[in-house]
Amino acid sequence: MSQVTIDSNEVDIVIAAFHSDLTSFMEEWRPIFSRFHLIIVEDPDLKEELKIPKGFDFDVYTKSDIDKLAGSSNAAMFSGYSCRYFGYLVSKRKYIISIDDDCSPAKDNNGDLVDIVTQHITNLRTPATPFFFNTLYDPYRKGADFVRGYPFGLRSGVTCVLSCGLWLNLADYDAPTQSLKPELRNSRYVDAVLTVPKNTLMPMSGINLAFDREMVGPALLPALKLAKEGKFRWETIEDIWCGLVVKAVCDHLDLGVKTGLPYVSRNERGSAIDSLKKEWEGVKLMEELVPFFQSLKLSPEAVTAESCVTEIAAAVKKGLGRSHTELANVADSMVAWLKIWKEVRSRV
Amino acid sequence: MSVPATTVIPPLTDELDIVIPTIRNLDFLEQWRSFFQPYHLIIVQDGDPTKTIRVPQGFDYELYNRNDINRILGPKASCISFKDSACRCFGFLVSKKKYIFTIDDDCFVAKDPSGQEINALAQHIHNLLSPATPFFFNTLYDPFRDGADFVRGYPFSLREGVTTAISHGLWLNIPDYDAPTQLVKPLERNSRYVDAVLTIPKGTLFPMCGMNLGFHRELIGPAMYFGLMGDGQPIGRYDDMWAGWCAKVICDHLGLGVKTGLPYIWHSKASNPFVNLKKEYKGIYWQEEIIPFFQGVALPKECTTPQKCYIELSKLVKEKLGPIDPYFEKLGDAMVTWIDAWNELNPSADAAPVKKTDAAPKKK
Repeated sequence: MSQVTIDSNEVDIVIAAFHSDLTSFMEEWRPIFSRFHLIIVEDPDLKEELKIPKGFDFDVYTKSDIDKLAGSSNAAMFSGYSCRYFGYLVSKRKYIISIDDDCSPAKDNNGDLVDIVTQHITNLRTPATPFFFNTLYDPYRKGADFVRGYPFGLRSGVTCVLSCGLWLNLADYDAPTQSLKPELRNSRYVDAVLTVPKNTLMPMSGINLAFDREMVGPALLPALKLAKEGKFRWETIEDIWCGLVVKAVCDHLDLGVKTGLPYVSRNERGSAIDSLKKEWEGVKLMEELVPFFQSLKLSPEAVTAESCVTEIAAAVKKGLGRSHTELANVADSMVAWLKIWKEVRSRV
Repeated sequence: MSVPATTVIPPLTDELDIVIPTIRNLDFLEQWRSFFQPYHLIIVQDGDPTKTIRVPQGFDYELYNRNDINRILGPKASCISFKDSACRCFGFLVSKKKYIFTIDDDCFVAKDPSGQEINALAQHIHNLLSPATPFFFNTLYDPFRDGADFVRGYPFSLREGVTTAISHGLWLNIPDYDAPTQLVKPLERNSRYVDAVLTIPKGTLFPMCGMNLGFHRELIGPAMYFGLMGDGQPIGRYDDMWAGWCAKVICDHLGLGVKTGLPYIWHSKASNPFVNLKKEYKGIYWQEEIIPFFQGVALPKECTTPQKCYIELSKLVKEKLGPIDPYFEKLGDAMVTWIDAWNELNPSADAAPVKKTDAAPKKK
């Protein structure tokens, strides 16, 4: 890992709590999280009070905080898995690291605990290289560089604003895949960070990510809620939607997205087969979303993440919204999110 | 090793040729014996044709030196580089097999982190015989690999993938750096084993290294021309790069896939960076214009074969890159010559019978 000094004042760690007793989760992450500020957002459906061990610097946000800030009409935007976006909203720091509460620290190939904070921040603080593929992966990594044939004019790269980490043990597969292969567990630690090339879309997983809130905060938004969205990742697609939006924004603004390290270890939870009983709304929707985003063109006037998101919302309403009512609502949610985002920013 | 989830049965001994350019000797083959011996080798001897290249016993091979190249191609031999490993593409031309694996003579067997020797050829075969996924990025890399799959959010309609045309392997020890980087970091060695195979997305170019490369000759062979390099040319060490840019643009157009990652080989020889700098010098700044050229290439719908794509590309090269230097006019012409030679030596099944080349190559 390259030597990047991390200023803890620049980092917020946002956790959405679906379990009231966070003791074991927090204890596992203590060696890595203890020097950072945590924003814990409680799932509005959770009735019990959160149990958090001592020795952490944290703020908790509950349903009442969400209701107060977002108002009753918009509070639904922050329900379920999307409650963590409330954490992104109220953060005042530059970098956000966000993981699901069913993850533990992973071990690398040497048996050492993976420090996801250091790795994510390193990813965000070193340039991304979306215009040309480097076959030795991240050229800024210690022991690597740009290979022969890599144009010199492209070697300074662009700012990386999104770092997508991966998962050992229970990988982020959809319910059909995990049901077909119930024994499938990811045990392969791939020692690489790489930039997702420009104009290439990818499925962003909310389980383990980090981003530059100052640069792209408005684009990480809660918008696509499946009708039968549940409390398991298999039953959501909100992060996938968000990733398509963020990538479109990044490609337009020449910002970078990295994927690969760091890994977290994802624990067993729920049954993929049970999730199969719910409608495969998300799976069907992806077939339309991908061609839509692949053909999306933003105007040269859109020079900020906010203006890009505004244009995307309008395009969604005009295009996808016509044939899918749930997507018309998505466009409205995106606009509502931007309004709240602006409001919260203006109070700072 | 990266093994596909569904078993890939034949090792393709009758369908794959190994092409090796060499100017010194082929002692390195001793280390590869257990992996390469079942296969047919095509040796392209560069440099002095009067020198005898010793091939270790027990290998089935054809060997071509410059005299053979001139004899077989006649005036078309002008498109094959001299005193540069770019001459290897002559081996692609004369092969009659469906797949090619090409490797440099300073590349040895690497070991994976568990200490096991890596059969690079077998890995390339796995890569070529399993689909690529260029239209949407899979964050868990090769979804067809044993122990992996497509992640949540990956559109089901894209999960069949496309045929893999190129398998680009990597190198441990001496990394493939350009001369300036070699000068700045003479001691850097690549010791990081990245346990992944991934598809390079559609629309993204990459620097293709010819040291450890496999490809589907029938699907993309005509695009694997390694250009005019070496003796009498203003540029060197851009042969594989040139082939890679052309081939990627054509693969993207024809809906074929390009993979990179495993297998690793052990690259033992660090070339002289000062010599390299002289060779690469022009390429380093020409590249700044060449890349935008390739990024902007749009091949017409009518180009449905790699040959047609390549001829079209040759016209664009002359038109758009010609103004940079007369070299590109020559290169464009050489690209056409290459295709002529390709079509002559590789007539399609329904074409009229082509005149056979007269003398036979040296054979063991």
